[in-house]
Amino acid sequence: MPLVNGGKIADDSFVKLAVDTPLPDGGDILVPAERFVGEAEALLKRAGKVGVIWPNNRDIDELVPYLGKIAAVALVFPTFRDGRAYSQARLLRERYNYRGELRATGQILRDQFVFMLRAGFDSFEVKKQADAEAFMQTAKRYSVFYQPTGDGRITALHRRMQLRHSEGVGT
Amino acid sequence: MYAYDEIDRTLVNERVSEFRDQVKRRLSGELTEDEFKILRLQNGVYLQLHAYMFRVAIPYGTLATNQLRALAHVARKYDRGYGHFTTRQNIQFNWIKLAELPDALADLAKVGIHAMQTSGNNMRNVTSDQWAGVAPGEIEDPRIWSELIRQHTTLHPEFSFLPRKFKIAITASDHDRAAIKIHDIGLKLIKNEKGETGFEVLVGGGLGRTPFIAKTIKHFVHGRDILSYIEAILRVYNQYGRRDNIYKARIKILVHELGIEKFSREVEEEWQHIRNSSLQIDDEVIEDIRSRFTYPAYEKLPHMPDELRQAAADPEFEAWRKNSVAPHKVQGYSIVTISLKPIGKPPGDATAEQMDALADLADKYSFGEIRVGHEQNLALPHVAKRDLPALWKALDKLGLATPNVNLITDIIACPGLDYCSLANARSIPIAQELTRRFANHELANLIGRLHINISGCINACGHHHVGHIGILGVEKNGEEVYQITIGGRADEGAALGNLIGPGVKFDEVADVIEDVVEAYLALRERPEELFIDTVKRLGVEPFKERVYATR
Repeated sequence: MPLVNGGKIADDSFVKLAVDTPLPDGGDILVPAERFVGEAEALLKRAGKVGVIWPNNRDIDELVPYLGKIAAVALVFPTFRDGRAYSQARLLRERYNYRGELRATGQILRDQFVFMLRAGFDSFEVKKQADAEAFMQTAKRYSVFYQPTGDGRITALHRRMQLRHSEGVGT
Repeated sequence: MYAYDEIDRTLVNERVSEFRDQVKRRLSGELTEDEFKILRLQNGVYLQLHAYMFRVAIPYGTLATNQLRALAHVARKYDRGYGHFTTRQNIQFNWIKLAELPDALADLAKVGIHAMQTSGNNMRNVTSDQWAGVAPGEIEDPRIWSELIRQHTTLHPEFSFLPRKFKIAITASDHDRAAIKIHDIGLKLIKNEKGETGFEVLVGGGLGRTPFIAKTIKHFVHGRDILSYIEAILRVYNQYGRRDNIYKARIKILVHELGIEKFSREVEEEWQHIRNSSLQIDDEVIEDIRSRFTYPAYEKLPHMPDELRQAAADPEFEAWRKNSVAPHKVQGYSIVTISLKPIGKPPGDATAEQMDALADLADKYSFGEIRVGHEQNLALPHVAKRDLPALWKALDKLGLATPNVNLITDIIACPGLDYCSLANARSIPIAQELTRRFANHELANLIGRLHINISGCINACGHHHVGHIGILGVEKNGEEVYQITIGGRADEGAALGNLIGPGVKFDEVADVIEDVVEAYLALRERPEELFIDTVKRLGVEPFKERVYATR
């Protein structure tokens, strides 16, 4: 499954651990939420980055105390019709100012890229190679956005106000 | 009319090109049907019994004549020459080919029409009063706010994959023509004591398997906060709405399971986080949207022109005028409802020829504007009273002057088993038979206002729960069986109907309805007492006794 990070297909430095996989000595690890919460101190002490895989039915508030110490949060789309992780992503970015890697995992198709970028995701475990290759092109598919989100893209309402004011200056 | 600007047009075109890519990937096999299903639903494309069905949005029920002509064009070029107006200000085409859908969408995009989010588990077309902007006594035009919310809910990055569909309706009149109490969010536009515009917000209404009337969650939300308040409701719903069972996934179930108090506390807490954010709307934004709604330059006209006085001698014209013509806020003008319920025909259908001709009539008599109501009828919102007789003659030639608006043959019905893959029973043939039984205008007029609603399955697209008489088709041992309720209503006094007895077979339905009506005529206190009021006064029992005594 290709990873798209920083807008292009990239190597994944993280190794995913299961609940009971022995802890490797070094390297970057992605740890399931329940294991992370149980062993946070030990995990964060070791060399290598730590990220957490957070399920979409677990309260994101629980993760807040750790946000400054972890390198990645992977949110889960069990199927692409289950949109709970969009809310979790926006809360992490916009309410808790999380600035680390925010990864979308699960059933990720190109058709969700724009929504995900707008919700604050910056890395994507894409299901199909062709979709991963089409990332840049698909991400630019829309140039108009009606809602303000934390991604900073200018909204249609805002653009109209700018147009109004610039017209006002000219007259 | 709201006029799209370059920004709106760009978005719709970008959506069309995205959908073109999705259809291409489906046809090449790159997308599985399971993956494609969700994507096509987001663009209003269902797979029905015989073909793909295509549902196009008519936001808040307002159409310009070039838009109606574009719908006629789609009916003619890509379908079988007709379209079906639904109970939520949409139009459906029943025989579209998948490969041609992107072209149909592109043709509609040219006139600012789209099919975004007309199906799927997202925020659906925002609906409103079909008399918005012209109804006497309205607080202000609710379409300004409808448009604001339409934009905000379109391709929302957080709420495009909700537990289930989500419907918002807005009214600004005391008499609710938008059925806001059977919506996921109902908004009633009001003014506070300072004269500021805001909304009473209702939540958790809906029909289907488990019907609920919406409850008030907040008595006043200021207009500037309405987007953040809606966002807070949706954020709570997106995270906590049930996803384990499709029949328990609507927000009404969450509200019911948590209780309105707990649910409103959750929303309040979320809202406090986001109300002072970029979601706050300042007056300038509202003014900008308002400035792109144009209103006719009305003439100063007499209340009772000679043309109308003379036409009053014609009983056929008078029969039509009495139930099709409603008061307008401007003197000398009327709102004309156009019945899409001709005797013996499917409710809500219009042919391409009728749509084109109606567009011409709207240009001539209604400042180029047409409205679509949830009763599956159309309306011309600005007709000068002096033009009523000429308009009536023209409508009559088109088969669009059936004088039955609000009468027993003005039936709301879903497509049912004739088209729909979810249906258990036929709806349209029941409606057709009932219109034949009550075809006599004198009889229908004697009965007075009476709404019959028919659904061909428990999903309740025909809103049977809120029909004065509701008919629900179900399947029992391989046979179509119909359950009949009375006493429902969808307006400001919204209520769910009650069963009057055991289900009846397909060919008995019309007989039973005739008996119900006969019982009403015998039971009513005076001719002015409407069916719904008699049921309210007496309850179901006396009807049950009379209807089932001989069965």
